[in-house]
Amino acid sequence: MSDWQVKYKSSLKDRGTEGILKLREGILLFVPNDPTSDSKLKVLTPNIKSQKYTKEGSKKPAWLNLSNKQGDSHIFEFQNYQDMHACRALITKALAKCEEEQPKKPAAVLTSAEQLSIADLELRFKRLHKEFVETKVLTEDEFWATRKKLLGKDSIRKSKQQVGLKSMMVSGIKPSTDGRTNRVTFNLTSEIIFQIFAEKPAVRQAFINYVPTIFLRQMTEKDFWTKYFRAEYLYSTKNTAVAAAEAAEDEELAVFLKPDEILAQEARQKIRRVDPTLDMEADQGDDYTHLMDHGIQRDGTMDVVEPQNGQFRRSLLQDLNRHAAVVLEGRNIDVDSENTRSVAEALARVKQVSKADGETTKDANQERLARMSRLAEMEDLQAPQNFPLAPLSIKDPRDYFESQQGNVVNEPRGAGTLKRNVHEAYGSLKESILEIRTKGLRDPLIKPEVAFEVLFYPVVFRSLTQTISTAKNIIGKNPRESFLDRLPKSTRDEVLHVGKLKDAMSNSYSQLEAMKESVQSELRHQLSLLVRPMQQALDAAFQHYDADLQRRTAKSARGSAGEANGSV
Amino acid sequence: MATVASKLYSDDVSLLVLLLDTNPLFWSNTSTTFSQFLSHVLAFLNAVLGLNQLNRVVLIATGYCSCDYIYDSSLTLSGNSESGRTGMPALFGSLLEKLEDFIVKDEELIKEQEHDERIASSLLSGSLSMALCYIQRVFRSGHLHPQPRILCLQGSPDGPEQYVAVMNSIFSAQRLMVPIDSCYIGTQNSAFLQQASYITGGVHHAPKQLDGLFQFLTTIFATDLHTRSFVQLPKPVGVDFRASCFCHKKTIDMGYVCSVCLSIFCEHHKKCSTCGSVFGQSKLDGASTVSDKKRKAPDS
Repeated sequence: MSDWQVKYKSSLKDRGTEGILKLREGILLFVPNDPTSDSKLKVLTPNIKSQKYTKEGSKKPAWLNLSNKQGDSHIFEFQNYQDMHACRALITKALAKCEEEQPKKPAAVLTSAEQLSIADLELRFKRLHKEFVETKVLTEDEFWATRKKLLGKDSIRKSKQQVGLKSMMVSGIKPSTDGRTNRVTFNLTSEIIFQIFAEKPAVRQAFINYVPTIFLRQMTEKDFWTKYFRAEYLYSTKNTAVAAAEAAEDEELAVFLKPDEILAQEARQKIRRVDPTLDMEADQGDDYTHLMDHGIQRDGTMDVVEPQNGQFRRSLLQDLNRHAAVVLEGRNIDVDSENTRSVAEALARVKQVSKADGETTKDANQERLARMSRLAEMEDLQAPQNFPLAPLSIKDPRDYFESQQGNVVNEPRGAGTLKRNVHEAYGSLKESILEIRTKGLRDPLIKPEVAFEVLFYPVVFRSLTQTISTAKNIIGKNPRESFLDRLPKSTRDEVLHVGKLKDAMSNSYSQLEAMKESVQSELRHQLSLLVRPMQQALDAAFQHYDADLQRRTAKSARGSAGEANGSV
Repeated sequence: MATVASKLYSDDVSLLVLLLDTNPLFWSNTSTTFSQFLSHVLAFLNAVLGLNQLNRVVLIATGYCSCDYIYDSSLTLSGNSESGRTGMPALFGSLLEKLEDFIVKDEELIKEQEHDERIASSLLSGSLSMALCYIQRVFRSGHLHPQPRILCLQGSPDGPEQYVAVMNSIFSAQRLMVPIDSCYIGTQNSAFLQQASYITGGVHHAPKQLDGLFQFLTTIFATDLHTRSFVQLPKPVGVDFRASCFCHKKTIDMGYVCSVCLSIFCEHHKKCSTCGSVFGQSKLDGASTVSDKKRKAPDS
């Protein structure tokens, strides 16, 4: 029915003229009952800019306020709210249709243009411009204005950064209070709605269930949110009795007041996946806040709650944990956030998907059980593990130490002989002391050869081996200098007793030869094999010495005549 | 403490405490005679005293069953010497006399005591303790004192029954920061001396040629503590860390150790004899009782 009995008021204070409001194709017509009145109104629906209306719950009558593009406002008072809403709906429809018609052409073209590439877009754009502006359908300004708006929306959507969730908690949404009356107003943005749906899946589910998708959804949605905030208020008062009472009355409110079932189920799933070998006792031990004189008891454990109303409590820790978990999960859907219902549905879909992934299949279960049994082994239930054993070989450390020693010490003799020996020993000791007292210290204290040996034994040996080894390879070249070479020749010869050394070496050489001769013919070969390295070393030494000598004599001959040293 | 005070002297003033091994059982079995050995040692003492006017030397004799102070250079007055004797430095007249008296005393002591089958070791622990007492007295005498060190001239093998006492002396020396040098002229290895030098930061050397003992002594053991920081002295290849057990005094490489007082035992004991702590049941034996315990638990 598109005719309503209304009262037309040009302003709020106006008493209003009664008449009939008719809505026809594109035209809103008001015909007053009184034919004499001249407040006939004809409004073209395209001209209607916006419409305002009063809320149902208020005590005001059902007013519909239409304002047109020229700035006038027409107020219609309906007989009941239903009429008003119906009229409003129809007007909205008409307005939408009008809007559609007007930029229909460019919008249609442009939506298809979005799917094309940029080059095509440009081409089309040029054509559009030519088409519309030249045919004067749109003015230049309007064309560009529309285009800009659409472009703007486009770019925002494409380059939109994934904005994360706010870390402010849902319970931090504070309403604005009207100081005079007892009403509070909550401003719900889509962000807040998204956050509420993310944190409280029960609320989301309730929304999907209770708020039907009919045209009048806005009202019911408001109802929904009103109930939700009423529940929050009840929580904050911590008055479980009142909460229980209200829950008993209002079914929908009860949904908000109960603990979140969906969350509980999720938590159960997670608990099942926890490793059972986790040492909870150690974790308990870390909890120092529950020790005496430590920590502040604020987590609600000290409060006394009646068991039947226990479900109407919610602790701060629960809220904090849930909020933190949601913020960390992040925003994983990208949906047009204007539509609350679509947000709810999208979130539900995401949860379904993740639940399906997380569900443990039979195989996964088996595997988990196997892993658990492996970790929590009980020694006496295990089969004996036969590892391949490596044989142990510990060497006796005494072998090392005893190999260091030279002669073996005499074993202590028997007891009887010991006494005799002891006496003897003491006697000899005393004799020694007497001897030294009479004779004094030895002179010389140390024989020089002995002293020489003690001092130079390691040095001589090293330099000898050095020279022999180098002489074997390169004869004639200068061997590596030992420090002995840096000494003046005379001292060096003295120190090394080169003459004596050479004699000794020749002696040993001839001795080796004699040895070879003396032995029987069949053994001679073996002996010569044994002796050969020694003979080779001696040969090399002699050769080197001779070469060195020649070099030195040559140098001294070249040097100053007065300083020619006699060669050895 | 000690080192700070002795800085008031010049750096290279040293107090040498020489522990001389006069074990007759050892000296009767070596190629070198005791008189040869003694001449080397006396010359060495002279050399040390000649290095610095303020150097001091103390000689302690280590006998078979007793020890005694023989010579202290700070106490001996110069002068009355048995100048009739040729070749003998005047300082050592009293030294030799005292040494002879000591040997006589030691002989008498060995007659008195019971003969037990013991390795012919000298009383190293005794002489070490006497040396440390003397050094401690020197520390307490005042600010001015030379830097002390101990030189141990030993030929006899180690007596494992002296292990505890020797280790205690070594640790006291370590505390006092007194290095123990050791010159081992015997045939076997001496674990005690190696450990002593290793722990206290001294030098250990076992010369092969006893004819040139004087040379070894002057080149290695005459260096004072300050000079050692820039002189390269021979380092041992490895240290024999074997201990002897507290119950039987045998040398062991593997044994049981009390976790309270670190006493070493060669076999399992119920109670530590040093500190009295009761040992728990060893894991190696008593496996049957362990399984009994396991069976009991589920019932209770």
